[in-house]
Amino acid sequence: MSASVVTPVVPRALKALPLACRNCGAERPAGALAVCEQCLGPLDPRYDPQRALPDAGTIASRAPSLWRYREWLPLEGEPVHSPDSGFTPLVDAPALARRWGLGRVWVKNDTVCHPTLSFKDRVVSVAINTAAALGLDTIGCASTGNLANAVAAHAARAGLGAWIFIPVELEVAKVVATSVYRPHLVRVRGTYDDVNRLCAQVADRFGWGIVNVNLRGYYAEGSKTLAFEIAEQLGWRLPDAVVAPMAGGSLVTKLQKGFGEFLAAGLVDGAPPRLYGAQAAGCAPIVHLFERGGTQIEPEVPNTIVRSLAIGNPADGAFAVRAMRESGGWSTAVTDQEVVDGIRLLAEATGILAETAGGVTVAAAEALAGTGRLGPADEVVLAITGHGLKTLDAISATLVEAPVIAPRLREVAALVEAA
Amino acid sequence: MAVTVILPSVLAAHAGGARSIEASGRTLGEAVADVAARFPALGPRLQDKDGKPYPFVVFYINDEDVRFRGGFAAPIQDGDEVTVIPAIAGG
Repeated sequence: MSASVVTPVVPRALKALPLACRNCGAERPAGALAVCEQCLGPLDPRYDPQRALPDAGTIASRAPSLWRYREWLPLEGEPVHSPDSGFTPLVDAPALARRWGLGRVWVKNDTVCHPTLSFKDRVVSVAINTAAALGLDTIGCASTGNLANAVAAHAARAGLGAWIFIPVELEVAKVVATSVYRPHLVRVRGTYDDVNRLCAQVADRFGWGIVNVNLRGYYAEGSKTLAFEIAEQLGWRLPDAVVAPMAGGSLVTKLQKGFGEFLAAGLVDGAPPRLYGAQAAGCAPIVHLFERGGTQIEPEVPNTIVRSLAIGNPADGAFAVRAMRESGGWSTAVTDQEVVDGIRLLAEATGILAETAGGVTVAAAEALAGTGRLGPADEVVLAITGHGLKTLDAISATLVEAPVIAPRLREVAALVEAA
Repeated sequence: MAVTVILPSVLAAHAGGARSIEASGRTLGEAVADVAARFPALGPRLQDKDGKPYPFVVFYINDEDVRFRGGFAAPIQDGDEVTVIPAIAGG
């Protein structure tokens, strides 16, 4: 009997793509650097326009994770960490469509993103593989909570060090769901904007891969997979509109880029979706720039229960405004009470419990439908980006306390009678 | 007024490798103009040709964002620390 010859499959070594400045076009090699050395503009990964792209059938045959779109992610070769994030459900929401008088409403349900229940698992999956490609052994972040959870979890699983910086005032669930992975967790007296500024200095000093600072050009590309999944899950077509929450503003810009890339690749056709960005009224610098016109964000001091969106100095704010304008969309802010109502509405209408950012998205969609910005001909996708178990405090006080009874049937009967 | 300007590493190369430099002026704008006059390669990266700040280069006086204090018109005191941080946008 002759031994069969087995050719081992050797994965291609992971490589991060080189970078180019969005402002002045200067090019530089791959690296943990987010700003141009020439003009301080933002650096984007540079894709080979001649690279081979898969067709719809090939993508559909791949494992259900965000890596099925790897040709549009800023790495060459197979991912070595976090192979299984993304590809969350797209859930039909007919009760919301009826309530708002819209053609159809879908919920892109990133409350079940693996493993930390927010869309930040997408961007961290890309960032941690970038860190591996660049030979970094420690990653970190400035975070309002969801990103802290994701960086801690992905780093722990990969065996990398993690330094995570959060504002001292953060929901307990988000602190606990970070600490459990045993990162170096640091609570900073100040707002997210103070933490972010500190992390820019930390990245400069210690040479770690701070995912949303010096790895940001790579990291942010992971958000495009939300757009790719929406298109694929709708049967390789585009919705009319997407409503998304805005914190730093990156998600809206990456939705535009993602839909644009699938159009360019011929995987979908038609008009790109109108993009609607939503913020809490207590921290709405991007909405205010949209309303005011111009290109310069005026920073704000946040005052809202929506801590995950409480970025007063959003780095991508001007780009988000441009994406909304170019797409024919709009921007709107909602009050904290509307946020709570939005969380409850989504829960009752779809079974999905969202964190406060999800309440912002739902409340904004309701407002946009009310003013006719969204209409009966529209098929609308709501980007619900984080799980409600992380922000229970926001809604617990608004709910009716459940009755306590003795284990006796007649007490149940009394409740049924009164119901 | 004499202040210390702390530069990020991407800008230090344009100041002969210095990570911190001394500057003087009554306002932040005057201090930046002073730096620009002494480090010609650095100047255009801190302010535009009209002497105005760029949207993606943020200045802090003693850790406070100067956009809350009038931008380049913000007064400075002897011994203040001015930190320059590039705004990190999402690529």
